[in-house]
Order: sequence, then C-alpha cells, then structure tokens
Amino acid sequence: MPANRLIFLDNQSTTPCDPRVVGAMLPWFSEQFGNPHSAEHQMGRDAEAAVETARAHVAALIGAEAREVVFTSGATESNNIAIKGAARHARRVGDERRRVITVATEHKCVLESVADLAEDGFDPVVLPVRRDGTLDLDRLAEALEVPTLLVSVMAVNNETGLIQDLAGIAAVVKRAGALFHTDAAQALGKISLDVGVGIDLMSVTAHKLYGPKGVGALYVRRRPRARVAALFSGGNQERGLRSGTLATPLVVGFGEACRIAGQEMADEAARISAIRDDLLERLTLAIPGLSLNGSAVRVAGNLNITLPRSTAAAFMSEHPELCISTGSACSSAAIEPSYVLRAMGLDPDEAARSLRIGIGRFTCAADIDHAAAAFAAFHTLQQA
Amino acid sequence: MIYLDANATEPLRPEARVAMEQAMAITGNPSSIHGAGRAARRVVEDAREAVAKRCGVAPAAVVFTSGGTEADALAIHALGRDRRLIIGATEHDAVRAAAYGAEIIPVDASGVADMAALEQMLRGSPALVCLMLANNETGTVQPVAEVAALCRAAGALLHVDAAQACGRMAMDMVALGADSLALSAHKMGGPAGVGALLVAPHVAPHPLLRGGGQERGWRGGTAPMMAIAGFGAVARLAPVEMSALRDRLESLADGAVVIGRDAPRLGNTSCLALPGVAAQTQVMSLDLAGIAVSAGAACSSGKVVRSHVLDAMGLGSLAGEAIRVSLPWNATEADVDGFGHAWRAMEARLLQRAA
Repeated sequence: MPANRLIFLDNQSTTPCDPRVVGAMLPWFSEQFGNPHSAEHQMGRDAEAAVETARAHVAALIGAEAREVVFTSGATESNNIAIKGAARHARRVGDERRRVITVATEHKCVLESVADLAEDGFDPVVLPVRRDGTLDLDRLAEALEVPTLLVSVMAVNNETGLIQDLAGIAAVVKRAGALFHTDAAQALGKISLDVGVGIDLMSVTAHKLYGPKGVGALYVRRRPRARVAALFSGGNQERGLRSGTLATPLVVGFGEACRIAGQEMADEAARISAIRDDLLERLTLAIPGLSLNGSAVRVAGNLNITLPRSTAAAFMSEHPELCISTGSACSSAAIEPSYVLRAMGLDPDEAARSLRIGIGRFTCAADIDHAAAAFAAFHTLQQA
Repeated sequence: MIYLDANATEPLRPEARVAMEQAMAITGNPSSIHGAGRAARRVVEDAREAVAKRCGVAPAAVVFTSGGTEADALAIHALGRDRRLIIGATEHDAVRAAAYGAEIIPVDASGVADMAALEQMLRGSPALVCLMLANNETGTVQPVAEVAALCRAAGALLHVDAAQACGRMAMDMVALGADSLALSAHKMGGPAGVGALLVAPHVAPHPLLRGGGQERGWRGGTAPMMAIAGFGAVARLAPVEMSALRDRLESLADGAVVIGRDAPRLGNTSCLALPGVAAQTQVMSLDLAGIAVSAGAACSSGKVVRSHVLDAMGLGSLAGEAIRVSLPWNATEADVDGFGHAWRAMEARLLQRAA
C-alpha cells in the first residue's frame, strides 16, 4: 500500500483552515494591520469594525447577541475563564455556594480547572457517565441537592462524538439555581447550538471548525447576567473579561468560519455522516468483532472503534500515513489509553484497542478507501 | 494614511507572512503524535528555537502564550507567588493589573527608575520586581542589568516586560539578568495573537491556563501554530535601526517638547508634547490629515485617559499634551516628511487658535 502522502482523519484534534477562511484573514495580516483597540485613527477603527463583524458571525451561530461574545485565545482559555472566573466572582461577592460539578469525560482543561478549585476551598464533584457516555440526569439532580455554583458539561465529546442533551441538562441545572457552562469546542458548526436553552457560559474555538488556531470565544449570558472574574487583566479589552490585543486576522478567520458553518452545516453534516457510515460499514465487514464506542447520538464526522485483538498503537505504527488518534491530542507524547473510554466502562485493555477517526469537510472518497483498505489489510495480517 | 503607531502594532513583515502562509498548509495539531501533528510540531519547535536564539537562551526557556499581556500575567502568577510585588511606575497596564497593590518604584523626568529608591524597597521580605525594558509611550530604556544586580543581591526575582523592546533592539536575557521576560510578536512585525514568556531554568511552572499540559506544564491549550510560525520568522530578523529617521522627525516637529530626549530610548519612538494643546486634539487633527499616531497606549479602545506614564514622570500639564509617534519597521523618509508637514500645519493652526 503506498504511504506517500498523509491522510488526515483526525478532525477532532484540529481541522485544516478552509481556503475561504484563509482568504478572509490575509488582508488583515498585511495591508490592514491596525490595532483594533486604536480608536484614534482610521486603521484602528477599520480593524475594530472587522472584529465586530466577526463577533456577530460567532454570536449568530449560537443564538447569542454579539455583545455576549468575548474573544479569547481558544477553548482552553475560555474554559479556564468560565470555571475559575465564576468561582472567583462568587467568592468575591460573598456567595456561600462552593460546589462545582462536572463530568468524568470532559476535556482535560475542564477537569483540571475544576480540580484546581479545590485548593481555593471549593467542592469539585466529578460525575460518572453511562456506558454510552451520556450523563444520568437523576445523578446530576442528586449532586445538585447541595447548593451549587456551576455545572460544566460539554456539548459534544472530543473522543466519542457523543452529543449530550444540553436542554435537558440545562433544565435540571436551572431548577437548582446553578450556572450552566458548556464546552462546545467540538459542537460549534457541527450541530445546531442555541444558548437560549438555558446556557449561561459557552466555550468555543475556531480551529475545530476550519478556522485558525489561537482564537476562541466565551459566551457570557447578559440577561440574567452570568458574572465571571477575569483570569488576567491589563488593557481591559473585551469588556474587562479578557485583556490583551485582539488578533484581528485570527478573529476575522473565526468569524468567517462561523459564517460558512452557518450556511453549510446542515448539508455538510448529512454528507459527512454518509461517508462516516460507509466507512463504519466497511470496517465492520472487514473486521468481525469490531465494536463502536459511544452512542448513536454522535456528531457527524466521528467514529470511535475498538479493535477485537490488536492495540491501537500496533495499527498506528503499521500505518503511519493515517493520521488518526487514540484520544485527545493535548500534551501526550505517548499513546495512552483514553480516560474518556475508561470512564464509560471500558477496561484498560479495551481502551488500548480503541481508536478515534475524525472525518471532516476536506475528507475525500480516496481517503476513506485508503483507511478501509488499511484496516482490512491489518486485520488480515493479524490473522496470519 | 501614514502609519506612525508602531508601538500599538507593527505592520507584518513579509518574512512572517511567508512563514504563516506555509504554516497554513499544515493541518495537524502540534500536540498530536501522528505525521500531521509532527509536521505542526516542527513548525512550533523551529519557531521556539528562533525566539530562544534571539534572546540568548535555550529553546526550553520559551513558553508560547497568546501575547504579551498573558505573558506578563503568567510571570506574576508564577514568579510572584508568596512574594512581595514591586513594579516600575511606568509599567504597562498588563503588569499593573496583574500586580495590583504592588509597591511602585519612582522614575525621574525621563522615565528612568530610581535605583536608590529601589534599593531601599528591596530591603525586607523576598520580592518580585517587574521592570519593563523599554516603555511603550516614551521608548525610555531602563537600566535592567543594574536592577537585576540589585535584585540578585537582595534575593529578589526580576520579571522584564520586553514587549516593546524585543523587535527594536538586540538583547540577551542572560546579560539582562532577568528571571523571566515577556515578548509580543505583533510588536516585532509578527502577527497578533502570540507572544512568549521566557523563563530561567530555576523557575518552576505554575500555569495560569490549565489543561492538557502543553508548553511543559506552563500553559494548556493548542499552540497557535500559524501565528507561532510568523513569530519565529520575525525573531530571526535583526532589529531595524530607526534612530536617524526618528531624529529627523523630531527636528521637523516645530515647537514640540521631546519627552525623555536625554535618556537611552528606542530608536523608533518619540513622545512629543505641544504645550497648551490637548493630546486628543493633536491626535484628531493628525488623523484628519491622514497620519495615524496615538495619545498613549492603544488598549482600552476609545477611552481617553491621562497617561499614568507621563504623570509618573512628573510632567505636570504636559502629561495631557503629549502624543506618541512610533515608526514602524518600514517607515520612510517620505512618511517622516509627511508627518512634519502635517505637524507644522497643525501647530500653526492650533497655536493660533490658542493665542
């Protein structure tokens, strides 16, 4: 099998920048380079106007008002601001509630931000999930019996593609009077999102929806106002919630990515689902005993499979041309079994045999053919 | 439009544009271990090497951040733990906000830190001192190496905000004696959205952004690979010598008081006061004439606040009458002459009205 080009099937780790996004960004790098906070001259004001257009595009994709969108450097920063910021604000105003609830399958940055709060005297609670990765609302309601400040549950899981029932969760959280934060990094532009279902804080990022790395946003509800303290201060940009010069080109690219997603999301999800289902069918036929992790309620591009016998690492070293992963990218220089799958009840051995495949906007039929053939060949090799 | 507001942001240098366009073609997440991820990682690590080399340190010293503000906040969060905070009177708001309640080192009329006062302040419990290498409003360069010696003798740590200095003068972190150093790419002709905190080997990580463990535990989050590529490209470029152009500009600004003229300062920055005319009036007048300058730091959009920098220098009413003219790397003689023309027209008109 020729391995002369890389085949990118890891669209949950990041996505290629859409050429239309690149085109939108380029002028803001060169000719129109003003600092968007320099209101004193035309070049600054032009950059500011471009930032505000982008803000409107991001807001429109989540059903928010533009002024509820705060630009950040990415979802990790947004999650840190939402969780630590809500806690710090509460303490500052003398709020007695100390409980902060999240879920075992969250992204590391949510889990670590919540865990960090213990040092500051908060009461972090990490709820388990069901075998399919969904959160049991009764368990959530039970945890909420202790007065709770914040609940953080991701919209779409980065490893399994599982879509949580945000509206259902929001209803339970609101009944208990807590703030509801959702990490929607994997959901933005993939499924329709509406902060109106009862979301107070929502983290999103550009590079998971064909935008650039280095920019994201935090949605902060205005009415009723969700209050969070800044993580760091300085020039008081972004309504004091996030200081630092905004990266106009990156912000413009984010806005364009959101605009495109708003127009194309429905068609694209149908197309990518069909490709994904086709691949799954071929894999299931080729590899008896292959199992699928997560639920049927999953985002279009995602597959998370467990091989019957071989480890994920063995497959990946046999097929280095296939860019797929065992889980979250983050800092892991080594291939580690996924804590997300472990939380769903897979044993360490099963987790080590599991792989995430992420299909995206630029995945072509030849990529899928190559992947299907690679898995089939690998399976045959293992049988021999 | 003649753009003379480089200290707000520099125009992108073409080398950065080329590097970013190349990086845009790479898909992977620099933290992924597959081929695409490794290609992205290579871009990040090449840039890390370039930034490190520029400042005379090992690549492991470089922690990429979203920019100078985050780098300053991270430095104070990590190095300032359980320490008294002492900051220069003319520090950027990023430092002032992160070190809220800090003791303030006074400065002289040129904006240079008062060493005798600092020496006094260093007596007492262990401190973190924050002193910028070059000021964003006046260009004044601080005697950082001397301050570092005082800090070392007193068991204090030193954080240096080099955001404005890094693209405009050669520097060596070890020679400066800093324990940490903040950089910003867009002030060097690189892209906005990326900066770095350089940390001495003896400083332990204490992240502001948790999650993922990237940047050797110093900063969670996916590295902004494309912007980092641009940062690396400008770090490889030598600073452009601007002082001859700046001197020409100052000679054309009839009636202007040049703030900090006698202090060591950046080659691209002039802080010009026109006695009797509010800074905002000057900025608007020049804006109408097609010249982009500013009345101080860009930051908090639209708000016209008195400059804490000029106030700290004891300039009295002149503090509200000074503008910042900062030459970008690609400024030409014609730009400077255009400024001189607009300035003289403004000066004649405004002073006539004031008279």
